Amino acid sequence: MTDKTFILKSSPHFKDKDSVPKIMYAVVLALIPAIFASVYFFRFRALVLVFSCIATCLATEALFLWLRKKTLSSLWDGSAIITGLLLAMTLPPSISLELVIIGAVVAIAIGKQVFGGLGQNIFNPALVGRAFLQTAFPVVMTTWVPPATIKINTATFATPLGNLKFENAIAQGTLTPLGDLFWGNIGGCLGETSAIALILGGLYLLFRRVIDWRIPLGILLSLAAFTGVFWLANPGKYASPHFHILAGGLLIGAFFMATDMVTSPISPLGSWIYALGIGIVVGLIRLFGGFPEGVMYSILFMNAFVPLLNRYTRPRILGERSKG
Amino acid sequence: MKVKTFPRGIHPPELKEWTAEKAIESLPPPEKVMIPLLQHFGSTAEPLVKKGDEVALGQKIGEDKALFSASVHSSVSGKVLSVDDYNHPGGNPVPAVTIANDGEDRLSPEIKGSKDSFSLSPDEIRHKVRDAGVVGLGGAAFPTAVKLSPPKDKPIDTIIINGCECEPMLTADYRLMLEAPEDILNGAELVRIATGAEKIIVGIEDNKKKVVKLVQERILRFQGAVSLLKTKYPQGAEKNLIYALLRREVPRGGLPFDVGIVVQNVGTAKAIWEAVSEGKPLYERAITVSGDGIGEPKNILVRIGTPFQNIIEFCGGLNEQADILVMGGPMMGISQWSLDTPLIKGTSGILAWTSPSPGIEYPCIRCSRCVDHCPMGLVPTRLAKYIRFDNLTEAEKWGILDCVECGCCQYICPSNISLVHWMRLGKNKIASLKRKKSA
Repeated sequence: MTDKTFILKSSPHFKDKDSVPKIMYAVVLALIPAIFASVYFFRFRALVLVFSCIATCLATEALFLWLRKKTLSSLWDGSAIITGLLLAMTLPPSISLELVIIGAVVAIAIGKQVFGGLGQNIFNPALVGRAFLQTAFPVVMTTWVPPATIKINTATFATPLGNLKFENAIAQGTLTPLGDLFWGNIGGCLGETSAIALILGGLYLLFRRVIDWRIPLGILLSLAAFTGVFWLANPGKYASPHFHILAGGLLIGAFFMATDMVTSPISPLGSWIYALGIGIVVGLIRLFGGFPEGVMYSILFMNAFVPLLNRYTRPRILGERSKG
Repeated sequence: MKVKTFPRGIHPPELKEWTAEKAIESLPPPEKVMIPLLQHFGSTAEPLVKKGDEVALGQKIGEDKALFSASVHSSVSGKVLSVDDYNHPGGNPVPAVTIANDGEDRLSPEIKGSKDSFSLSPDEIRHKVRDAGVVGLGGAAFPTAVKLSPPKDKPIDTIIINGCECEPMLTADYRLMLEAPEDILNGAELVRIATGAEKIIVGIEDNKKKVVKLVQERILRFQGAVSLLKTKYPQGAEKNLIYALLRREVPRGGLPFDVGIVVQNVGTAKAIWEAVSEGKPLYERAITVSGDGIGEPKNILVRIGTPFQNIIEFCGGLNEQADILVMGGPMMGISQWSLDTPLIKGTSGILAWTSPSPGIEYPCIRCSRCVDHCPMGLVPTRLAKYIRFDNLTEAEKWGILDCVECGCCQYICPSNISLVHWMRLGKNKIASLKRKKSA
């Protein structure tokens, strides 16, 4: 027994079981209802987009890991898969495969790896990829097809928010009913249409404590307050807060995009400011901007403030209040 | 009873069931003890004996010459074999007195009790505690006599007796509260008299309900009360405990004195009582020996200076697969490299288990869990980054010196980053820089 050797390490000697891959795959799991919904509404097309996005992201990630002489095993930490999955969820179903691949390469290369890989990027990689596509191919990115559940013969189709902004839907009485928004029987990006699927996934992430509850709550509250004021003042011109929460990319943004750990603040106060900022910018763009939808830009906009928020919202240290 | 707590912290597996129902057994004194002359926070005691001297049980063998120091006593009777550097659980060799036990346990004639301990003056209590070499038994081993001497301009109103034992696996304090609540409370009363405080609060975590009633019944004789605390780590950390119980914040870099409080661990309170009423020096203490690497986990009363080897043999030996040996608790304990290392006053437990394979370290994904769980309100991930890039000025500005190394951040970190290790490195670097500047 005296010649026994022991491992020497510094404390603590206990470790919680959660890990980066477990967190990443929990997000993937939380997106499964939304994937099912997208397949239900956009059929085989949805699977093709999801698969090609993930495959391209993994390939790009692998290439960069190799270029940077990093171990390829971190390919399976789940982060590239999430970027691919989230990018696919934010694309119009009718987009062509070449553009999907371009978007996915940009997401990983420009959105993540040029900053130094996992944990280093300032902006949400999936949204960087999408913003690139939106800027480079604006027509494709705003051309919508009806879901397979709606039988109409039109080449193009408006999203509920597009309808609201450009077709004067409230006055015409053609505003999309809340029920359709809730279930997803509408046009829009692949994974953003079904509110219920996103809420289920979001609740799972909240329950599993993967995401910071302040962020979705803050976004929902500030958007509801912002749009609510205008709706109460003039319901004939402005849509209700319920409509704004359920329509467009708000829910996928609030639960899955804005909550990205790498690009969101680390202090509780910072998270509140960040979330309130996103909600208000979404409201500003939707009500007064040139675009019908503003979730993507508002998250990217607030991402830029995160380093600043982290610096200036340091939590209070125990004992700071007392005099020394 | 309202359950009190502090913000943040973690809840690791408790694993107290292995030893909670095991009454404290006495480990027979070993043939040889190695008693380090430094077992406390402060400077090394001066040896009073030399090779060949005969010593009695409880005889003073090391003297506290400095204010921040503590005397050391023989834990057996017998002959001094050597006074030389020896293994120490802290990692670096320390001068130690090695004594061959003659098995007679001849008590030193120096040891004298007092009949009416409660009528002693504060100075007399302090003197007896100092003479008996009592130090904090919770782990930090701060000389107790210093804690009993608050500065004149800082009046003390409350004594907190720390019965949290928030570290997983450890149950020795729980057993002491169950088996000797009277001694603990008597010790608490002595602390109250010595510091001139008004009242005593005994803080106990709500996973130890069994002892709450026991202590509550007995505390009625004194100006005191029991307070129930949520089972959460690090509930027993001094500053968090004070905040949880009284909502007072010890100022940054300050001491509990600054907010009128003295905190003593339950084991220390018992040692204070024994030192004053019996004149008994601190030559033995209760510890928990546990973990799935230990044949038969137990709570035992051990003589100071007993090698870990004897302790583990008494507890059913070490399993083949056990590959980590820890002195203290799983969260803050120090990992050990040798079984030929003696038990010191600050040892609260000896634990052994099979360590899981070390996980891969991922980059920080800024998940903020370390921030959400730091009991001190720090931003561990940021501090670790500052230290990594040797930016000591920013690290200090962001409060690295407030870190108590409790380990919550590293426990919770999904990226497996050795955050506490970075904190220690940073604090050491800052300390050595300051030494250089003042030199």
